Amino acid sequence: MAHLELDRVAKQFGAQTVVDDFSLAVGKGEFISFLGPSGCGKTTTLQMIAGFLDPTRGAIRLEGKDLTAIHPARRGLGIVFQSYALFPHMTAAENVAFGLEMRSVPRSERAERVRAALAMVGLAGYEQRHPRRMSGGQQQRVALARALVIKPSVLLLDEPLSNLDAKLREEMQIELRQIQRTIGTTTILVTHDQNEAMSLSDRIVVMSQGRIEQIGTPQDTYERPASAFVSQFLGKTNDFAATIDRTAMPARLVAGSWSAPAPAGLSGPVTVSIRPERIGFGDAGLGAKIVTRIFQGNHWLFQCASECGPAIVIRQNDGQAQPAEGEGVRLAWRAEDMSVRGGAAS
Amino acid sequence: MSSVAEERSIRAPWALTAPALMLFVGVLLIPLAMTVMLSFHDWGQYKGIEPVFILKNWQEIATDPYYAEMFWRTFRIAILTTLLTALLGAPEAYILNRMSGRWKSFFLLVILGPLLISVVARTLGWALLFGGNNGLANKLLMSLGVIRSPIPFMFTETGMVVALAHVMMPFMVLSVWAALQRLDPQIENAAMSLGAGPVTIIRRIIMPQIMPGVLSGAIIVFSLSASAFATPAIIGGRRLKVAATLAYDEFLNTLNWPLGAAVATLLLAALVLIVVGSNAMIERRYAEVFR
Amino acid sequence: MRRNGPLALVFHAVFVTVMVAPILVVCLVAFTPEGYLSLPTNGFSLRWFRTIANYPEFIHAFWISLGLGALSSFVALLFAVPAALAIARYRFRGRDALAALFLSPLMIPHVVLGIAFLRFFTSFGLGGSFAALIIAHVVIVFPFALRLTLAAAIGMDLSVEMAAVSLGAGGWTLFRRVTLPLILPGVISGWALAFIQSFDDLTMTVFLAAPGTETLPVRMFLYIQDNIDPLVTSVSACVIAITMTALILLDRFYGLDRVLAGKGDPGR
Repeated sequence: MAHLELDRVAKQFGAQTVVDDFSLAVGKGEFISFLGPSGCGKTTTLQMIAGFLDPTRGAIRLEGKDLTAIHPARRGLGIVFQSYALFPHMTAAENVAFGLEMRSVPRSERAERVRAALAMVGLAGYEQRHPRRMSGGQQQRVALARALVIKPSVLLLDEPLSNLDAKLREEMQIELRQIQRTIGTTTILVTHDQNEAMSLSDRIVVMSQGRIEQIGTPQDTYERPASAFVSQFLGKTNDFAATIDRTAMPARLVAGSWSAPAPAGLSGPVTVSIRPERIGFGDAGLGAKIVTRIFQGNHWLFQCASECGPAIVIRQNDGQAQPAEGEGVRLAWRAEDMSVRGGAAS
Repeated sequence: MSSVAEERSIRAPWALTAPALMLFVGVLLIPLAMTVMLSFHDWGQYKGIEPVFILKNWQEIATDPYYAEMFWRTFRIAILTTLLTALLGAPEAYILNRMSGRWKSFFLLVILGPLLISVVARTLGWALLFGGNNGLANKLLMSLGVIRSPIPFMFTETGMVVALAHVMMPFMVLSVWAALQRLDPQIENAAMSLGAGPVTIIRRIIMPQIMPGVLSGAIIVFSLSASAFATPAIIGGRRLKVAATLAYDEFLNTLNWPLGAAVATLLLAALVLIVVGSNAMIERRYAEVFR
Repeated sequence: MRRNGPLALVFHAVFVTVMVAPILVVCLVAFTPEGYLSLPTNGFSLRWFRTIANYPEFIHAFWISLGLGALSSFVALLFAVPAALAIARYRFRGRDALAALFLSPLMIPHVVLGIAFLRFFTSFGLGGSFAALIIAHVVIVFPFALRLTLAAAIGMDLSVEMAAVSLGAGGWTLFRRVTLPLILPGVISGWALAFIQSFDDLTMTVFLAAPGTETLPVRMFLYIQDNIDPLVTSVSACVIAITMTALILLDRFYGLDRVLAGKGDPGR
């Protein structure tokens, strides 16, 4: 049985459907990310799990029990908010102790658990600081300690790292991952940052306009995007219009001057999607001209004008000579590196 | 399906506002309604208030020119006060806004502070300054050569307007000040870079943008001046009556409550009409500035 | 920001002088050693401040005003804090109408309110009582208490409350431990502003007060009606000193422009 289960959950505000037909089973100890652009319904879904919003339809179950009947104060979930939502009038220790107080944990045990929680997030010695006198990263850690100290059945993270600068965010990602692995709390992270989702999660739920586009491991969703939206949202990609030529024997998939044996069971116009780092410069393939060439340290980024429209290519900076701007090139890739969508069944 | 949150969000606001709502219905709306009803009751020197429904008080106000003159005086004083505060308060707010931080907050305190000082004390100050023909105000104006012969301030409309304008000035400065805060601080530099001189900048750039502030300030000043009591009572004395002081007399000296209630009802109705009407007009005219 | 020209500074100087003059004159005359109204040209004297002691009605009126202001502002907050939270948090039908009703005492002339309360309370036999004064003052200071509390409630980060709820706090605990501490600056400033409004009100109170429940402004007004002498200036000087102290505290604590912004504004 799934630890946390969302069963065809939907949320409407008036006539507007914000989340629709959301079903997901989260295993115990799993780290799940809800990934999507702002307004895709990911935060609304999180708020329904937390109990701050009620689903219009569907059920949310924790270990088989219906959660929607339980008041948010008694759900026992740990939440870290985007703004951290620390209590500004309390010290770090008082913030962390608050949830234990609400649970009437004896004073001596409380002190010990607060100390341990702050130590776990690397804030030993900061017990008596007020949030206003702490840096963004420190506040973030207090918020995490406060959510974890109550030993929540599920940890909900609402864009917890989005207010940190890039370097700190990366550090916190690693730390968050380690802490979650150590204590094994089932965790749901809401984010619009695909790198964050990929580096932290066991599985990613990609959302768009209130619907689930794909559920899968980070590798799955990146390598085999289920829709154009997913392929566009998870990193850069090239979408080329192609056709399947059934007159040739055997049938071939053709995009400009590039062609490969056609996959079985498809015909007509299709879209092929290739990640830029999977494209190489070869002797045969799609005809293109380099428009701009940008050096980015460990790799080169090429923007090309190809027979099938604009294309991006990323090449490792491996010391080899690279084509110059204005140069004509041929773009080639392996058939197993692309995904093909659309087309009629034949 | 149970819905804890949604049920709360329907019931909670009413549960939270219920005490205040009951307070307001019980001791504001009901007393106001009773006052309107009172204005239709009869009154006699010896019989007191008779709870009947007659139009006697309203007829008296409508026909006796004394009341027409009194209301006209009330509104004339209010209009002049409003003009005076706008003419002096708006430039002052502009000057204030251009001062550097420390001075700005100091003078803001000096100018807005009187708002919270007892009206009686402030009007007393004017009574002392006016104090007959050789009051301080006249002495100063004459020694500066502004006037030749003393102006009678005490017990005149002139004095009332000056003292009222002082009492109401903070409202106007505050209102214009708020409008100035919404101004882009670079806008004057932009106008200047396009070749506008200081006068053009004020007339073409600043004025149109702070006009809503001036007008909403004017509404506040007008409605408060037209219903002012302490200043007209102290400066105007017993003969120069305005609506508020007349109603006070009817209630606490003549004891003709129904007539006093009619005067008060008329004042309230006139003010509500003027304020709501001009607010709607300003908001329509300056809809884009308010956004 | 560009600087003001000389003409603007002269205007400013005259303006500020005129704004301060009446208040200054009252305070100066209060220190006169003479037996009549005059500026203290031959040294300062406290004789008129000492004279106040011979007029117990002023002292009594002062205590009435102080008690009335403190109590009515407190009671007003008991009603205003929940109402402010409801208006800040929820979008419900009738919300705008309620807000307009709660701010309406700003728009209704105080003469009319005085008359209405006089009529109302005398019909219950409460005319001239301290209880009637309290209730009436609660109504007139309510908008000030509401406005500052509302500003604080709107400015509050709601996720802080959600965090407390997720940790298990609810109802009264939530309010006492999290919500109230967070809106406290607004609540205290609301109390202070409401207190000043109550302490200064003449127009409405003059209808309700009877001998024994006269507030300081009423007592001063009735005294001035008969004659103006240095005694009333020394009393006024005391009132001004008290208000100035409260004002400076309020400015330090909350910022005066924030407290006053939109004050008395009838439309919004």
